[in-house]
Amino acid sequence: MTGWQTLLYKEVLRFWKVGFQTVAAPVLTAMMYLLIFGHVLEDHVKVYDTIRYTAFLVPGLVMMSVLQNAFANSSSSLIQSKIMGNLVFLLLTPLSHWSWFVAYVGSSIVRGLVVGLGVLLVAMWFAPLGFAEPLWIITFAVLGAALMGALGLIAGLWAEKFDQLAAFQNFVIMPMTFLSGVFYSIQSLPAFWQSASHLNPFFYMIDGFRYGFFGVSDASPWLSLGIVGSALAGVSLVAMHLLRTGYKIRS
Amino acid sequence: MSAISFQSVSKSYPSPRGPKGATFLALDGVQLDIEEGEFFGLLGPNGAGKTTMISTLAGLTRATSGRVTVLGSDVQTDYAQARRKLGIVPQELVFDPFFNVREALRFQSGYFGIRNNDAWIDELLDSLGLTDKAGANMRQLSGGMKRRMLVAQALVHKPPVIVLDEPTAGVDVELRQTLWQFVSKLNKQGHTVLLTTHYLEEAEALCGRIAMLQSGRIVALDRTSDLLKAASGNVLRFKTAGALPPALAARARVTGSVVQLPAHNALQIEQYLAAVRESGLVVEDVEMRKADLEDVFIEIMNRHVRQPEAVTA
Repeated sequence: MTGWQTLLYKEVLRFWKVGFQTVAAPVLTAMMYLLIFGHVLEDHVKVYDTIRYTAFLVPGLVMMSVLQNAFANSSSSLIQSKIMGNLVFLLLTPLSHWSWFVAYVGSSIVRGLVVGLGVLLVAMWFAPLGFAEPLWIITFAVLGAALMGALGLIAGLWAEKFDQLAAFQNFVIMPMTFLSGVFYSIQSLPAFWQSASHLNPFFYMIDGFRYGFFGVSDASPWLSLGIVGSALAGVSLVAMHLLRTGYKIRS
Repeated sequence: MSAISFQSVSKSYPSPRGPKGATFLALDGVQLDIEEGEFFGLLGPNGAGKTTMISTLAGLTRATSGRVTVLGSDVQTDYAQARRKLGIVPQELVFDPFFNVREALRFQSGYFGIRNNDAWIDELLDSLGLTDKAGANMRQLSGGMKRRMLVAQALVHKPPVIVLDEPTAGVDVELRQTLWQFVSKLNKQGHTVLLTTHYLEEAEALCGRIAMLQSGRIVALDRTSDLLKAASGNVLRFKTAGALPPALAARARVTGSVVQLPAHNALQIEQYLAAVRESGLVVEDVEMRKADLEDVFIEIMNRHVRQPEAVTA
């Protein structure tokens, strides 16, 4: 294995070894949302004319799990290594910033997809789902996970303490996911919040992902693809720059 | 070609104290060449800049000015080559709690692009007495074993240049001996070794050449034997329970009740004893011995005492 492959493999093995916490736990959390919101809102909320609320909810929950776990993977791995001091073993190697980026973002994609698949498999017991355009499903899952993995990389480099990372997660990531249309279609919102939602890149990730299941969405999947792709490119450039200059890891 | 070359290397950090924008000069124009195959000692008090020098060499820290090379490869512009030639044993006892000993060594090999490294990994484990811990999680290792593991991790890629940053801090006698036997063997096989330590008897026994660092400057650089020769030949040693007069205290190496003073000649010994007698101290167990590296170190450090002028606005 070359350098980046080793690091990618190590990062995947790292979360897999504690899979109960990194895979099983988020699947259970998503199930709780599905059971409770599905039960309470099934008969009260109608999103698109032909789709049951529980079925509408599933792709949103899957994508939310993909995004949150992709972010958690790179960010928690980095901050743990920084605080434990074992990041030095990587810093002493000839690995380039490309290798770091590919390995950390790659392992985040793997974790995001593994958790997302887990949520999807369990959720299909509760609600019948179609797969109208599977290619869109895969595209948005991978791009969304990559975007969040790269964002987690930035947050992990920036944060010096666990509570800084928790603050980033609770005050940025969580509100943006919850306000992105996981639990509702933004068409049900008042006009102001509808336009506000259009400024949230998370909305396009979830909307595009949902399009893959139902073939209907609030925005065109091509527009969503463009926005998610540009956001990924922007965040990746920043992450690569920080890695190249050794931001907060080399003095 | 030098194994390690520091060319007018300076490093300044933003000062934690003092006015905003103030800098602290950790390395001040360090010039040092270590030749291939040397066993070289880098000595100095805490905060002298030893670890900054090693961090600069390792690419963990960027020099503010000057250039550092490892076997001709610049540690900044040609970092991949430089790091392949360099094996660094860090000072801090760090480990990755997710993996066992063998996994950690395989990963470390992989980062250097080395596959199927198990034969060498087994040899390392054997030499460092870790064979029966190969499957143990890093968390289960004792402090001494973690230290040996740091050495193994630094050597997975068979680097020609090995740097040990205080490898024997807090390590028991047996492990120290195992470690030095192993490192001496590597040195005999042609590896260059750079060692920093606070145990001066180790440096005296192992290192062919020594540099002494103080306040970011090299204040002595010579063969170990020449450093010992150049120093005052003898030491006057005695025990006393009382406080030394200030004139003596400034020059003495005091350990509990044991006082040791560098003595160049008989006159000096007479002066010391007269000063002691005048201050009314009771002195026991008076003897003379040859100066060792610790005496040389103290003498050189005292000679170069600098006011903390390194903080500049």
